[in-house]
Amino acid sequence: MHELSLNVLDVAQNSVSAGAKLIEISVRENTSDASMVISIRDDGCGMSETTVRNVCDPFYTTRTTRKVGLGLPFFKQTAEQTGGSFLIESKVGKGTLVRAEYKTDSIDCMPLGDICSTIACLVTLNPHIDFRFVSEKDGNEFVFTTMEIKQILGEDISLGEPEVAAFIEDYLKENANH
Amino acid sequence: MKSLEELKALKAKMQEKMGIRNDDSATTRVVIGMATCGIAAGAKPVLKAFSDEIAKRGLTNVAVSQTGCIGICQYEPVVEVYVGNEEKVTYVKMTPEKVAKVVSDHIVNGNVVTEYTIGESKL
Repeated sequence: MHELSLNVLDVAQNSVSAGAKLIEISVRENTSDASMVISIRDDGCGMSETTVRNVCDPFYTTRTTRKVGLGLPFFKQTAEQTGGSFLIESKVGKGTLVRAEYKTDSIDCMPLGDICSTIACLVTLNPHIDFRFVSEKDGNEFVFTTMEIKQILGEDISLGEPEVAAFIEDYLKENANH
Repeated sequence: MKSLEELKALKAKMQEKMGIRNDDSATTRVVIGMATCGIAAGAKPVLKAFSDEIAKRGLTNVAVSQTGCIGICQYEPVVEVYVGNEEKVTYVKMTPEKVAKVVSDHIVNGNVVTEYTIGESKL
């Protein structure tokens, strides 16, 4: 992975697999103290305490087809290598929160990359799931929700349609702070 | 600056086409591997290239979707194309540059791009 937004795309897929109905992704950056927090919260099936404890071990996975699971360990590493921190909280039946904190002035801090296209990609691929995306920089907050898009489009037009996907990506790029 | 107002215009435009859409909805499926391995190998730009190409050509019967890791990580980005009831075709080591040819030759004209398939891959 060469940008953080790809890690976000990858980790958000876990929320999709967890059967989430709403996935909230936020990027909050503060340039004055060179900090950035990325969080991904879902209301999916959650994980047991044992699973949460093991989830950042690359040789632990709930899959039965293979013995490795690299998504979360990669994401954890991106934060910790900058001197930041990583947190994962989960409750069975309630959902999961993954939070990574970065020191953006560290030489080991990867670029955030194209987070808008990551969000657009997630929305297009999962039109039945609701997303809430917050992009905040130095107190300037931009909020995007698929609920507002669905309200305008009505029930006949899916968020998976290529034209809608293109609109969402352009809309995010022109309005978000990242 | 793009606003949600423009979305209303887009909605009106799309509703006009709805009639045509319903007649032959999604007879072709493009499935992209989007697990950690696929994403790290560049699946996202490939996905974007497919949706852009499909939108550009106005293809109404093609659906793009995702799948997890199918177990051939060294061949990622992997794309499976299902046309009607034909056997699926697996394209490997895809790039955004290869997408236009897959869409025009295979999806539109029905000729599999053999050189990009897993059978032709020299790995």
